[in-house]
Amino acid sequence: MIALNEEPKLVTLINTTEDAFARQVCESYGDKAENLLEILHAVQYEHGFISDGALRTIAYQVNISRAEIHGVVSFYHDYKREKQARQTIKICRAEACQAVGVDSLIKEAEQNFDVKLDGGGKEIALQAAYCLGNCALGPAVMIDNELYGRVDIEKLKHISMKHREGSRS
Amino acid sequence: MSVKVYVPCDAAALSVGADDVAAKIAKLGGDKVDIIRNGSRGMLWLEPLVEVETPKGRVAYGPVTSKDVESLFETDFLKGGDHELGHGLTEHIPYFKNQERLTFARVGVIDPLDINAYEANGGIAGLTKALKMTPEDIVEEVLKSGLRGRGGAGFPTGIKWKTALAQTDSQKYMCANADEGDSGTFADRMLMEGDPFSLIEGMVIGGLGIEADTGYIYIRSEYPHAIKTMRKAIEIWENKGLSGRHDDGTPRFKLHVRVGAGAYICGEESSMLESLEGKRGQVKVKPPIPAIKGLFDKPTIVNNVLTLGSVPFILANGASAYAEYGQGRSKGTQPFQLAGDIKQGGLVEKAFGVTLDELVNNYGGGTRSGRPIKAVQAGGPLGGYIAPKGFNVEMGYETLAEQGAMLGHGGLVVYNDTTNMAKMARYAMEFCEIESCGKCTPCRVGSVRGKETIDKIMAGNNVAANVEILEDLCDLMEEASLCAMGGLTPMPVRTAMKIFPDEFKGPVKEAAE
Ligand SMILES: Cc1cc2nc3c(=O)[nH]c(=O)nc-3n(C[C@H](O)[C@H](O)[C@H](O)COP(=O)(O)O)c2cc1C
Ligand code: SF4
Ligand code: FES
Repeated sequence: MIALNEEPKLVTLINTTEDAFARQVCESYGDKAENLLEILHAVQYEHGFISDGALRTIAYQVNISRAEIHGVVSFYHDYKREKQARQTIKICRAEACQAVGVDSLIKEAEQNFDVKLDGGGKEIALQAAYCLGNCALGPAVMIDNELYGRVDIEKLKHISMKHREGSRS
Repeated sequence: MSVKVYVPCDAAALSVGADDVAAKIAKLGGDKVDIIRNGSRGMLWLEPLVEVETPKGRVAYGPVTSKDVESLFETDFLKGGDHELGHGLTEHIPYFKNQERLTFARVGVIDPLDINAYEANGGIAGLTKALKMTPEDIVEEVLKSGLRGRGGAGFPTGIKWKTALAQTDSQKYMCANADEGDSGTFADRMLMEGDPFSLIEGMVIGGLGIEADTGYIYIRSEYPHAIKTMRKAIEIWENKGLSGRHDDGTPRFKLHVRVGAGAYICGEESSMLESLEGKRGQVKVKPPIPAIKGLFDKPTIVNNVLTLGSVPFILANGASAYAEYGQGRSKGTQPFQLAGDIKQGGLVEKAFGVTLDELVNNYGGGTRSGRPIKAVQAGGPLGGYIAPKGFNVEMGYETLAEQGAMLGHGGLVVYNDTTNMAKMARYAMEFCEIESCGKCTPCRVGSVRGKETIDKIMAGNNVAANVEILEDLCDLMEEASLCAMGGLTPMPVRTAMKIFPDEFKGPVKEAAE
């Protein structure tokens, strides 16, 4: 529960669980609304997505309405409102990667990992990216913030496995 | 004496195994080698490009995989020995040698976070001069250099700065636009990862010029390596007191890094400023222009990374040294980025006036696949297609515009003959649909209608009528969109239709593999 104070705004927040981590993050950013993107990044980095509880906590801490924070979160592609797969493979489907056949790589990856592009997944998810800045060495892929170039399906299977093993150890 | 061996830490080099190569060299070389992690020389098809320092100069080997390292040691590469991956002296490789590197002078040469190496290679000279100049003189120097914005619109930087300087507010901001969302572009990333101090120096000089004491660098979240490097570089810079200090020890010019959240439109400056304030990145109506009323309603300069990264050279060497390069109203140099199906992809910094043919065929060496080139898309997702018969165009803002194309951020994406142009046109509309900020109908709804109409054309439904609808839709988007997202999406669509009309006549047979 959020500590009660005289703010009437709390009425909307009653019955919701407070996200202690989100509150700490907000405090470390001075509870300022202008730092909202940074706050959301930090919370998502910790939890993998932004939960209802986190959203309410942040809105309260930085003093903006729920509608406003929903507006921000839904505007940006990075922010996720649901729990994400254990591994997210970002595949660039922008022009320079299309020019070197990323469309077929995506089809092969969908088949191999048995998921659809941008269709979620429990273990592995394939997410479309729109340029990863590796356009001379496409097709480009990013996993756990690590960039890969000249990726074909064999290389993709290999790096996906490597990252899954890495995260277990 | 240990031998200096350079292994790039640029994200593109890392993407093809540079870390493994560095580890292997360290393991086999022991204390015989002193490994330096430099930026990339921009010859990306040769990455990981390993360089060894010899009395004659740096000798290049590439592309090196960790499996090749053993054989490199066997051929005595520490003395520059011959090897099948050897290319001789790096600076004699024609691709590199024939460039005019002003903005990228240090990229690939030094350890990006070695401030002493930065200074020893010409860094800080511009700032030193600027510190002795009045704000008016700084702005005048930039104005005289002819420098224009490298983010896409090509607006003269000095004029923008002059407007901001004329504002009397005590708080002003200097912002770097590092949202680099255009497919086929990576020069901002390479500069931030390879020579981050040059961007910082450019911003500090800009701060002196417009009398701003606070700066923001807005970097897209797809660039984790650049974010890390910029943050470290700022720390090093500020610890050294290079921005000067207030009495309480805090820097006189305070720089912050802000990370985007996956929205192409946040590269548009008013959207970027909204995003910097923690809001939705919705585009705002101009006027007021940011130089008068920008971030937190204060006078704000937004410049592209390459624009700001060119400022230290201009201050250090004088406006005329910069304006000597280029042609017509396109002064100086442009870091071109060769991408897509290209044999020798990478970064080529040349004075304006170089032909597209020279870039794509001489530097780029044609396609990586070995197939004939069908077209080049210049200037990113909002830029036009140019077919090989137009390759003699000289690269410049106006010369490209005459061809119905644009320079944009200097990206060139090469497509081979198997490319389905109707599919590319459809993608342009789809991209606009995905990335539209939603503020105006022609862009938000027009892109969806555009995509559906191209689907009908591709399926062979009422082709002539639908082509006409598509043309009308393009007219509407061009005329009635608030910003260039909706306003320029028709450019790739229309150039594709104009150059390849036969591909907009119904189902195309899949080209032979
Ligand atoms: C849809 C859209 C996307 C843009 N993306 C970028 C970008 O990623 N980087 C950039 O510097 N400018 C981008 N711009 C241009 C900016 O609005 C602005 O003109 C530029 O940052 C100004 O800096 P400059 O004068 O140094 O070019 C974009 C414009 C539009 C309409
Ligand atoms: S043209 Fe598109 S991106 Fe630009 S303001 Fe309108 S809706 Fe937003
Ligand atoms: S287009 Fe795929 S990395 Fe740039």
